[in-house]
Amino acid sequence: MSAQRLKNLLARIPLHVAIIALLVVWLIPTVGTFITSFRSRQAVQESGWWTVFLAPPTPGQAEYRAACASCHGNDGKGVATADLSDPAFVEPYLKTNRLLPTLRQSVGGQAHVTNPEWQALIQDTTRTREALDRLSAISAYLGALSGTGKSAQYKLTANNWIDALVGYKGTATYAEDCATGVSVSGKFKCNASDLLNPEGMARAFLNSIAVTIPSTILPILFAACAAYAFSWMDFRGRSWMFALLVGLQIVPLQMTLVPIARLYSKLGLQSTFLGIWLFHTGFGLPYAIYLLRNFLGGLPRDLFESAYLDGANHWTAFRRLALPLTVPAIASLAIFQFLWVWNDLLVAIILLPSNPVLTYQITNLIDPRGGNWHLLTAAAFLSMIVPMIVFLAFQRYFVRGLLAGAVKG
Amino acid sequence: MTPKVMKQGKWVPWLYLSGALLIMALFIVYPTINTIILSLRDKTGANPASADCLPGQPCWGLLENYRYALTDPDMLQALRNNALWILLTVPGTVAAGLLFAVLTDRVRYERFAKTIVFLPMAISFVGASVIWKFVYHLQSGGGPQIGVLNAILVSLGANPIAWLTNKSWIVNNISLWVVWIWLWAGFCMTILSAALKAVPGEIIEAGRVDGATEWQVFWRIMFPIILPTITVVATTMTINVLKVFDIVFVMTNGLNGTEVIANRMFKFIVTNQGRSTAIAVLLIALTIPIMIINVRRFREQEKMR
Repeated sequence: MSAQRLKNLLARIPLHVAIIALLVVWLIPTVGTFITSFRSRQAVQESGWWTVFLAPPTPGQAEYRAACASCHGNDGKGVATADLSDPAFVEPYLKTNRLLPTLRQSVGGQAHVTNPEWQALIQDTTRTREALDRLSAISAYLGALSGTGKSAQYKLTANNWIDALVGYKGTATYAEDCATGVSVSGKFKCNASDLLNPEGMARAFLNSIAVTIPSTILPILFAACAAYAFSWMDFRGRSWMFALLVGLQIVPLQMTLVPIARLYSKLGLQSTFLGIWLFHTGFGLPYAIYLLRNFLGGLPRDLFESAYLDGANHWTAFRRLALPLTVPAIASLAIFQFLWVWNDLLVAIILLPSNPVLTYQITNLIDPRGGNWHLLTAAAFLSMIVPMIVFLAFQRYFVRGLLAGAVKG
Repeated sequence: MTPKVMKQGKWVPWLYLSGALLIMALFIVYPTINTIILSLRDKTGANPASADCLPGQPCWGLLENYRYALTDPDMLQALRNNALWILLTVPGTVAAGLLFAVLTDRVRYERFAKTIVFLPMAISFVGASVIWKFVYHLQSGGGPQIGVLNAILVSLGANPIAWLTNKSWIVNNISLWVVWIWLWAGFCMTILSAALKAVPGEIIEAGRVDGATEWQVFWRIMFPIILPTITVVATTMTINVLKVFDIVFVMTNGLNGTEVIANRMFKFIVTNQGRSTAIAVLLIALTIPIMIINVRRFREQEKMR
């Protein structure tokens, strides 16, 4: 019996391999973006994001240990008056033509370098070129020890996220430029007020929230009333109006943009939040009514009949009976509409150009030459955090809504 | 069968409906009609479309904007590409979704696996475009390749490829289609998976008892049963693909042979409203067959209720 189970288990290995391979392929693009958002501009341009999983390169470690570690120690702190882990102290010696003369001078009456092989090399003025060459490895390692050299550029950092939030596009990071006080343009004050920079993702985040929340609530309110009427009231034209609604669901957005933009410029609604709320409400309604009506219409009839016999009118039945029972469908709907509006680009560009939302702000950051992946990846993730949380937290409702809408419709 | 309804005053239903109907009339019905009218006007909407005709050039009079929409080389390219998008990504997403649904159905970590495949649905097309633009990145000059795809090519000894700005337009389009399949496979998987699970176990068991292989069980028993659902998913995906915009706009902006209808429409939205609306009308004309199918299917379902 156990041999049979083992055989079954082995037979299933290709299945697991196939699934896991597919999952890896599916995840790699996102993982790469996420890792890149924590790497410095220089590191991103010089090496692929997957190199963060390899051992960090430490060139010069062997040379340093041979020539210097006997006095300075492996951590560079062996000599108190010459702390090699202090960036300020090490800074001049990162250039080999400054390092070599220092090493040639004696320290306390003795040769600076005690290792015989290195001592010979350094003191021999006919081998200066070779000495400089070999010292470059030690210089590089001094940089690593003190955290000022190239290896510091390869440390993971949150600076990209800060730059993206405030919308800083300098060559150095916002944090660095604010610390040194140089080349920060007049727009930036180096305090919390920078988060409101119109070109930053923080401001775009607020705009996205301001657009999305009313655009989610409004259509659900109107749709709930209408869906109730379609489900439990009798009126002329009910059937053809609902069929029309099914058709309206797939009217392309593009069909309405030009007239609405023209209308808004006449009414003074162009680039206002009210304008975009109303537009999203209008476009969300057909699907919202359809979904809620399918749900409401599926509730047991006796429930409403007995409520009516007990003297409830429609308003009471709607508020006390229909709404509470529809909560799962409303939840599905809210998630759909939220994700749809949050992720929209087209409507936001046309109707709200002066208050860019997250998606629009990202397109403003794109560098056609691909020179700012560090910034762009952080910005992209800033825009994805909320929908990902909403999605993962309410996945059940999302799937339920998807099945109700797409399979029945 | 319509549910039995409660008695009410004649005007009461309209009280419940008025808000929704008013907004839909204002934001869907009125603009749709207005778009059709504007498509017969010139670039500002002030004069008939024939005002945009140039002397000595072909002119379709009032239908001048449609002459552009149906004969301009850029538009022909967009129409060709949209047709290819439908022909390749609709089967592509459905097949990928079906594969995932069938595979994950058989393992215990089904939920986890599905979440990963489904997650791209939560992020915006813009976010997805950034993610994939980086995957496709080509580092010019001597430095190492920092985009995953080209790094793999180089490590295999091949030359890196310009995935999005290739001289061959088909390569650029394939790159975009891959992103689309990545985004939508989860959607198809979810719906198809539910359909697969609804196939009665007895039928499958009966097939196995009669000696059918797993392969036969799938193609001869399960596939015919879920075929209606596959049709529904395919129609939904066709509508979505027809309107594809964000991915093209962000990743290639329609350059190098990747133009699509919705991106053309966007390009003219401010500069030439006559053309822009004519392209929009073309877009809805292409969706009308699907709209009719949907309403018909809905009517049949209502009869069965």
